[in-house]
Amino acid sequence: MPDAEVLSAPLVLEYPFRRTVGPVQSAFLTGLREGIVLGIRTRDGRVMCPPVEYDPVTGDELDELVELGETGTVATWSWEPEPRPNQPLDRPFAWALVRLDGADTGLLHAVDAGSPDRMSTGARVRIRWAAEREGAITDIACFEVEQ
Amino acid sequence: MTGLVLPERLRDVEPVRRIRTPARLEYNFTAGQATSRFLRGIATKRILGERCPECGKVYVPPRGSCPTDGVPTSEQVELPHTGTVTTFCVVNVQFYGQAIEVPYVCATVLLDGADIGLFGLVQEIPFDQVRMGLRVEAVWVDDAELTTNLSSIRYWRPTGEPDAAYETYREHV
Repeated sequence: MPDAEVLSAPLVLEYPFRRTVGPVQSAFLTGLREGIVLGIRTRDGRVMCPPVEYDPVTGDELDELVELGETGTVATWSWEPEPRPNQPLDRPFAWALVRLDGADTGLLHAVDAGSPDRMSTGARVRIRWAAEREGAITDIACFEVEQ
Repeated sequence: MTGLVLPERLRDVEPVRRIRTPARLEYNFTAGQATSRFLRGIATKRILGERCPECGKVYVPPRGSCPTDGVPTSEQVELPHTGTVTTFCVVNVQFYGQAIEVPYVCATVLLDGADIGLFGLVQEIPFDQVRMGLRVEAVWVDDAELTTNLSSIRYWRPTGEPDAAYETYREHV
């Protein structure tokens, strides 16, 4: 018994989670709020950014925070032609793993490159800080390609 | 605590202790033909189930087929607005988006003549007096507010009848 019309309606599921961050992420996020980026040194001397709490090889607790620069190098990237709501930028941008100067690992963030033609592995980028910072990864508004 | 040493600039500022990590999923829910029939009934203050031609069970809300026999539920059955609480839960935890004050009671109500329970609120009874077997009836929104949405049934309230015997709903617990 088919009917004229099947009903359809928007359905939004929203979970307003909050979580505690622990000492290392606390330092990282507090740093972002104050305008500095911190990495952490592993037992074999590498610097990881974002910082982790435990050594990825030995499992030791890590405690040597390292202040990094505001510039870095694109390690790999992907173009986002149609940003979705709540993504870092409302215009096409690149997702990139940025190896900040002084770090050995990549930080995932957005690069406001304007066009994929301006993106490349090895491109130099610089942090654009958010106007208002609150202790979140979004305190880095995005990265900009250096001229 | 670790032996973590903060850069000097971060030692005298309030540390970040927690972050918000909201998850939001935007769907468009399509009810399907059987549930659309049910919801149109709700908008006219009728509760329409559908019966399986093989096993005779009445499903409400109907999904269009019998999960046991795998055949379409072809017969529409209008159900009364009374039923029995089979299971329930007292909600004591406040959470975001909650429409009513805690404690309140959510229950599965087995309508008379149905073979599957409907989920709803039980009110007009202290939360600690809600029980399995409690006889309840639907309290609807005002006629002008009826919509194709199960929220047209505001809640269920006791009818005052004696509790249903466990044997009458044991298959549905």
